[in-house]
Amino acid sequence: MFAAAAIAVLLALALAVIRAIKGPTVFDRALAGNSIGSLAIILLAVVGFLTGRPEFLDIGLTYGLLNLIGTLAVLKFFRHGDLAHDPDTERQS
Amino acid sequence: MISIVNAALLTLLATVTVAIVRQRSLFGVVILAGAYSFLMASLLIALDAVDVAMTEASVGAGISTVVLLATLHLTRTREAPVRRHNLVALLLSVVVGGALVLGTLALPPFGAADAVIHHHVAPHYLANSVRETGVANVVTSVLADYRGYDTLGETTVIFTAGIGVMLLLRSFRGRRRARDDEDGAQ
Repeated sequence: MFAAAAIAVLLALALAVIRAIKGPTVFDRALAGNSIGSLAIILLAVVGFLTGRPEFLDIGLTYGLLNLIGTLAVLKFFRHGDLAHDPDTERQS
Repeated sequence: MISIVNAALLTLLATVTVAIVRQRSLFGVVILAGAYSFLMASLLIALDAVDVAMTEASVGAGISTVVLLATLHLTRTREAPVRRHNLVALLLSVVVGGALVLGTLALPPFGAADAVIHHHVAPHYLANSVRETGVANVVTSVLADYRGYDTLGETTVIFTAGIGVMLLLRSFRGRRRARDDEDGAQ
């Protein structure tokens, strides 16, 4: 059962990687990168149950937070061209 | 089954690596590097190195993405086109890579219990770490107690490097702001 789930997750991972490589727009890549992060969490859980030691499920929480930070940073950079964006300066210019 | 997962993840890693080399848009490279880190973390979990996987995910996918994006803000976002292929560099890379693969052949097999590294100080740590350090987690006791000076040195190096980078970026920003003011005056 978990083997079938692992194969399905790996296939989804492969599709997301293809989308991240082909693009063509930044949003395709950002979404594919986010999906790869989410699929990595699922793969962590499935591999944990596959090997009979699901003690590492908590690490999935850390991955989720990191995935959010990375995607937010990418999108913020794309919108403003800067990570330390100050909304006041944009209004003045 | 785990070997199938390993093979699939390694194939995906190789694909992403080639794509990173061929990608000209540096913005796409940053996203692909984040994807590479998550794939690498998954592979490390499949190899049973959970603590290393955690470090790889937080450093590779978390901090590196942010730092690379901050660097893109200071530089251009497209890689300069390659004029001509450097065959000497390719040859050197292939030779060094081949030598490294050759070196791994002499290593003990993955997970072997009778490997030399497991018979040096590891049995002493496993037997006595709780009594000697009072820490229940053996990995933590090795990092923070038995190799405490080593960890202190590493932390000092990373701290110094962080200060250096902050000073560099600060002078960069100050200079650009001064240039903007000059443009505004004209």
